[in-house]
Amino acid sequence: MGKVKLWIDGQEVEVPEGTTVLKAAEEAGIHIPTLCYHPLLRPSGNCRMCAVEIEGYRGLPASCSTPVAEGMVVRTNTDRVRDFRQETLRAILRDHPRECIACPKNQSCELQELIAYVGIEVPYEAPTEKRFEVKDGGPFFRRDYNLCVRCGRCVRICNEVRGVGAIVFKEVEGRQEVGTPLDRPLEEVGCQFCAACVDACPTGALTDKIPKWRAEAREREDSFCPEISDIVLSLYDRYRERESKSSICPYCGVGCRLVFEVQDGEIIRTVPDPSGPANKGLDCVKGRFGISEFVHSPDRLKTPLIRKNGSLEETSWDEALEAVAKQLSKYKPDEVAVISSAKCTNEENYVIQKFARAVLKTNSVDHCARL
Amino acid sequence: MTNTIEDIGEASCILAIGTNTTDTHPVIGTRVRRAVLNGAHLIVANPRRIPLVKHATYFLQHRPGTDIALLMGMARVIVDEDLHDREFIESRCENFEEFKKSLDAFSLDFVSEVTGVNAELIRRAAILYATHKPSSLLYAMGITQHTHGTDNVLATANLAMLTGNIGKRGTGVNPLRGQNNVQGACDMGALPNVFPGYQAVVDENLRKKFEDAWGVDNLPGEIGLTLPQMFEAINSGKIKAVYLVGENPAVSEPNLEHLKNVFQKLEFLVIQDIFPTESMPYAHVVLPAASFAEKDGTFTNTERRVQWFDPVVPAPGQAKPDWWVTCEIAKRMGASGFDFTSTKEILDEINKVTPSYGGITYGRLQMTTLQWPCPSTDHPGTPILHTQAFTRGKGHFEPLTYKGPQEMPDEEFPFVLTTARSLFHFHTGTMTRKVTGLNIIRGEEYVEIHPDDAAGLGLKDGDVVRVVSRRGAVEAKALITDRAPKGVVTMDFHFSESPVNVLTNPAHDPVSRIPEYKACAVRIEKR
Repeated sequence: MGKVKLWIDGQEVEVPEGTTVLKAAEEAGIHIPTLCYHPLLRPSGNCRMCAVEIEGYRGLPASCSTPVAEGMVVRTNTDRVRDFRQETLRAILRDHPRECIACPKNQSCELQELIAYVGIEVPYEAPTEKRFEVKDGGPFFRRDYNLCVRCGRCVRICNEVRGVGAIVFKEVEGRQEVGTPLDRPLEEVGCQFCAACVDACPTGALTDKIPKWRAEAREREDSFCPEISDIVLSLYDRYRERESKSSICPYCGVGCRLVFEVQDGEIIRTVPDPSGPANKGLDCVKGRFGISEFVHSPDRLKTPLIRKNGSLEETSWDEALEAVAKQLSKYKPDEVAVISSAKCTNEENYVIQKFARAVLKTNSVDHCARL
Repeated sequence: MTNTIEDIGEASCILAIGTNTTDTHPVIGTRVRRAVLNGAHLIVANPRRIPLVKHATYFLQHRPGTDIALLMGMARVIVDEDLHDREFIESRCENFEEFKKSLDAFSLDFVSEVTGVNAELIRRAAILYATHKPSSLLYAMGITQHTHGTDNVLATANLAMLTGNIGKRGTGVNPLRGQNNVQGACDMGALPNVFPGYQAVVDENLRKKFEDAWGVDNLPGEIGLTLPQMFEAINSGKIKAVYLVGENPAVSEPNLEHLKNVFQKLEFLVIQDIFPTESMPYAHVVLPAASFAEKDGTFTNTERRVQWFDPVVPAPGQAKPDWWVTCEIAKRMGASGFDFTSTKEILDEINKVTPSYGGITYGRLQMTTLQWPCPSTDHPGTPILHTQAFTRGKGHFEPLTYKGPQEMPDEEFPFVLTTARSLFHFHTGTMTRKVTGLNIIRGEEYVEIHPDDAAGLGLKDGDVVRVVSRRGAVEAKALITDRAPKGVVTMDFHFSESPVNVLTNPAHDPVSRIPEYKACAVRIEKR
């Protein structure tokens, strides 16, 4: 593929043919603000936030959907562009509630970042529009379309990337709103609960349901002054330390790399890792919502058990291991068998088969590959 | 998989047979759907109308257990229409003429009769697979869980070699593995016939190699017992003690009622797991294990990719990583060679004795992931297998004859039961049944029954029915749907309250020893 040379803000840039102006600027280290743009999606050019000036082009084309051309001269930061961005953002914000302080996305919200970058004042006025009811996203997430900015990322990711098409744009009282066909529950429209929509949402419109600790804290808060519970919890959450760690999903054979958000030794959320070579930013309902609860289940085995007088009783590691070693030593090689697991690591399977072969002297070692 | 997950996006035609990948490997399902949105053709062959069907160019709804007929029928069409890749067959394969002769038995009329699929549809699908290259073939347990599963797999390989769809981007024979480290457990020799890296235990030189590496004498040279054989041997009193790590046979094995009696015969059963499982009542010692989130090490995914991971949270109570526990037992039995103090040290030893993992070292895995075979530290890994030659040299065409399910429906048991998996649960449910949200969406077992069959039995949606096979009976609610054709009923096996494996047939493939989970005869009784 041929290379194309162009100028962005006076800087010479060379990129492959077919690259968009937005990508070319990114490569040159020039930031252009975006909203409806998402790296996993085809550009749609509908929010106009990424508008730029291009010599010889009419108006202000959207940089996310305009391909580069030889000799193109692009300006991303002129008065005209800045004015246009500010006006566009004001229009987007016109019916956005001013409730940031209680919003679960507060301080991780793309809209807030955009406001800071584009540089506008947001007047604190009470929302005049009547509020839509907050909807469930099955048992896993909530959908507060009052906070929706109609960027379309959720609808597009569900269609384009996941190929599911469970959610659509529709007209409600003369406005474009996101929803399901005929307002049916997500369970009935083919939703897979992969939460790609939640992860793509730039605002607090789509968020995970409150984690367990918040449910408990919320109950306490509500007993004092329920009107400010959201605010208090949101502020408290912000000051709790949160670590992000990376690991591999324990379910199917795809090997999705996930980011685990951990607070006080507890996994509070898992999200797909965009750098995972097998999943590239995708996951499914089991990886997204099905890990923390089993890892931290109160049913987990925590102590070795040994059968005494017919029932299993708690014991020490020392006693349990001694009992196993002593008993297993009694049998001839063809009287013992070892069953390993497709849930164990390579290193563990290696050790287990070595134990069967080198210590118990049997090749009767197998696992559930067949099931 | 011979190819990578990403590679599926490069295919012009995807043949998905015996895999409901959108439910069982949702991220691969997404890749398939995306490939179709970008213009690829999709052929779905499945007894059930799975979600992928709505994206398919052709849907071949063959009867459970008739995969050999379908695949050989497609091969016959390709040869008859002269669409086979002569150059590839000539240069890379052998035994084509014998194979071609075996196709004589698979006329389209015969194949259509056996599979229940319209002959013209089979013909068109075969032509599409042969002409829209590169073509990728995906399969899963729908191919392997049969008494003739090995032949089914050979039939998929025949089809791919016939059209030259091997060893290039966007092609391949791609089994999709169901468990996060089932590939790695096989690679590491948790199998009765091979050491790590598929090195045969019957080979004297290889035994010598491992004896030297491990500092032991007299490694056993006889092939050991597979899981189903172990249960037979426990039943006959031959096996007296079992060390069971991270498995739940009391829900996952076929013919469960029988299995429960078998477990009681054991003199000594050690269970090492993260949860109390349905197998626990038979245990003599129970050892608490750390979950994946509490340990480090490597997993190998379905595309042979080895990935390192670190712990994210501390283990609960006194739970310990499985490798530590096994090493402790070995040391207390007086064994040497189990003085590992970290998973890194174990991986170092794996690198030394496993040629295909030779270059997949701890150091490299901190920076990247690697696909085996990767024999040395300067080897980049192998995303696509068989690019120049097959492992055995030439690709061997295997002549096949038709075999159906071992147990066919009859007057007493008129329905075929096939087992499936839900998007919202995993295997025996040990993990997913602990998750509130997943249980809200799907909290109990259903028996999927065709509307015509339901009408014949006088059933409504939600009626509780008894499903009875020659081996046992379970109860579940009826879900009336035309997802499977008349005469075929479907159940999952995630719910120990309705343990479907009480019903399934332990008859297994003679080579792979995989039980026939995908077809057994049952009757439905209204309660």
